[in-house]
Amino acid sequence: MGPIRDSFIFEFLYCHLSLEASCSSVRIINIAFIPESLSWISFSLTAFFWIFVFVNAALIGVLALIWGERRLIGKFQARLGPNRWGPLGLFTPVADAIKVMFKEDIEPTLSDKLIYVLAPILMVVPVFMIFPIIPYGTKTFLTNISVGVVFVLAITSINSLSVLMAGWASGNRFAIIGGIRAVAMLLSYEIPMGISAAGVVIVAGSLSLSGVVNSQVIPNAIFQPLGFITFLIASTAELNRSPFDITEAESELVAGYMTDYSSMKFGLFYLGEFMATIASSAIIVTFYFSGWRGPSFIPSEIWFLTKWIGVIAIFIWFRATFPRLRIDQIMSLAWKGLFELSLINVLVLALMIAIWPDPTGIQLLIMTVINWIVFLVSVYIFGKILSPNLTGNKIKKRSVIYGLD
Amino acid sequence: MSTELVTMNIGPIHPSTHGVFRMRVTFDGETIIDAEPIIGYLHRGSEKLAEERTYTQVVTLTDRMDYTASMTNNQAYILSVEKLSGITPSERGVWLRMIAAELQRIAAHSVAIGFLINDLGAWHTPLLYLLREREKILELFEMMCGARITNSYLRPGGVFMDAPDEFWPSLNRFLDEMPNRLDDIENLLTDNEIILARTQNVAILDKNDAINASITGPMLRASGIDWDLRHRNPYDYYEKISFRRPLGTVGDNNDRYLIRLHEIRESLKIVEQCLDLIEPGPVQPEEVPFLVRPPIGESYVPIEAPKGELGFYLVSDGGISPFRCHVRAPSLINLTLLRDMVIGYKIADLFVTFGSIDVNMGEVDR
Repeated sequence: MGPIRDSFIFEFLYCHLSLEASCSSVRIINIAFIPESLSWISFSLTAFFWIFVFVNAALIGVLALIWGERRLIGKFQARLGPNRWGPLGLFTPVADAIKVMFKEDIEPTLSDKLIYVLAPILMVVPVFMIFPIIPYGTKTFLTNISVGVVFVLAITSINSLSVLMAGWASGNRFAIIGGIRAVAMLLSYEIPMGISAAGVVIVAGSLSLSGVVNSQVIPNAIFQPLGFITFLIASTAELNRSPFDITEAESELVAGYMTDYSSMKFGLFYLGEFMATIASSAIIVTFYFSGWRGPSFIPSEIWFLTKWIGVIAIFIWFRATFPRLRIDQIMSLAWKGLFELSLINVLVLALMIAIWPDPTGIQLLIMTVINWIVFLVSVYIFGKILSPNLTGNKIKKRSVIYGLD
Repeated sequence: MSTELVTMNIGPIHPSTHGVFRMRVTFDGETIIDAEPIIGYLHRGSEKLAEERTYTQVVTLTDRMDYTASMTNNQAYILSVEKLSGITPSERGVWLRMIAAELQRIAAHSVAIGFLINDLGAWHTPLLYLLREREKILELFEMMCGARITNSYLRPGGVFMDAPDEFWPSLNRFLDEMPNRLDDIENLLTDNEIILARTQNVAILDKNDAINASITGPMLRASGIDWDLRHRNPYDYYEKISFRRPLGTVGDNNDRYLIRLHEIRESLKIVEQCLDLIEPGPVQPEEVPFLVRPPIGESYVPIEAPKGELGFYLVSDGGISPFRCHVRAPSLINLTLLRDMVIGYKIADLFVTFGSIDVNMGEVDR
């Protein structure tokens, strides 16, 4: 039972089931009844319980996000948002879910049946795998795998495969264009995202998410702003959210890769997308907002939840504000902007860590100042001097002239 | 690797075809090779129907052509009827319909800008801000004539009823607020780098091409040609009004957006001047008969509608209904250059360009 020892919540439940000798110190109420020889039963029961809790928490989180997003965007757009079903419209997503379930399930004649069915499943399942490894509090996490950062980067890129599969299998031209765009975006944005995450790993000296949280005396968003900005933009692109929502671009491709999906298959895409937003926000909180850390008069879980909601709100804010970029502009932004910025970030961090492998408080402050100088200078260079050319379209602010009488 | 051109039918059912427009587009990857517009899905035979109705009844048909700009449609038709039958309109009626027309221009341009930004992929936020302002105009229309969209407010000789007393304070409040709202919109949109990158140097319309294709309205002015019928060929009392005509410098999508935004500001100034000049009096001369019977003849009075030169060509055989009615619809004629404008650009630019032309399918197909 070695690996489970680091997860408090797992062990807590396990020890209330198993009569294992080492468990007696953890037990609060002495209700354990499964003998030590049958520990695999208590192990399975505990695992099933936590899987049940995590999956349902994720689903309820999606419902809450749908409500929150619609409500918040309503506020942004000077209207009310959902307000008919239940208090403050809280039951609207429930009604939506019921409606989606009872829709007719259509399978287009031209579709590739197997892949067509598989794609929505592949959209949802990988995202579930992110939730157990995220440390929600000092003791609240299910498992702490030693390569958490790599695991997260690998898992989050699977949904683009699902988008390509959906686009291909639909046999619809809108869908295939959406799918191809998704792959192009994945290839471009995975790189700045990975390099930015490398910056986090360099500072933490550990690939596990708990290690990343523990290392953040100063939250990484303040300590390495350049990495934060590139990671935030890259994950927005990875999530296919506005302003990078070209894969489902409503005004161009109707609904992109999910044009031909209906009923619960469509529902799964919807679910997967919103769940990915929640998962990515949790990752951003862990990487850049020091996870559960915060003044101890508030429980660590509350700190995590607050930051989590804050990051989700940033994504919603993006969606309410920005128009969409064009595909070639998105590519230029990734390769001519974010890629270089994330490299600069990693280079500077690596140099500083090489000089001070184990920084003290004052050294950390000096490093922060240097990072901010690098951030401001490089963002000025890329944002002001190079940006008119970054997109291949020399933009300049313009005004009108007036006709002469 | 062998590649293939893809031909797609975009529309008539599509989120950003502004109604029932259809394009058969050939793409090479993301680049447009060919775009063939197909129209006629909203044809209701308005011109033919006009032959069966009396001159006053036709007003309701004109409402339904460009349904984002009913007042200016009414105005174009009524001016043509007045010229045909020699009716001199009453002064207050003309001022009222000028106020109505300029408010309508603000509303129509708000819709045009809002949906253009929506085609750019903004999640409805700028659109809803602009629709909120349009809503206030529709409320003003409701006070004037009881209807919001299909107004049928104008009659030969003026308008059918005077605006109520509570209309004027509401209008003044709107005129006070609107410039600030426009500043908000400009802060949000005009210098937004994404919008600049998406719209600048895209679908440039050359001056000569624009003239040769008889493009009119904001689209022509965006190409840098100073042609506004309110200034060149003043109808109603526009010669008593002074206003500036914003002109574009490049003729791309960004200019077409900027022109509309600045025209809203100019329209606000025109309404303010109308408010200074309007005087009490009858809104329709009493000698206008219930059934207008123009003498045998024909007439055409072009006006500057929000989308371009709009005019009704009417032929009278001396009866109570027009013998022939033909509409010069700016939407239809402005749409003719779409194909030439978008070839070589990306899929996304197609919809932005279509949005920047600002067509209304009700007017294209009539």
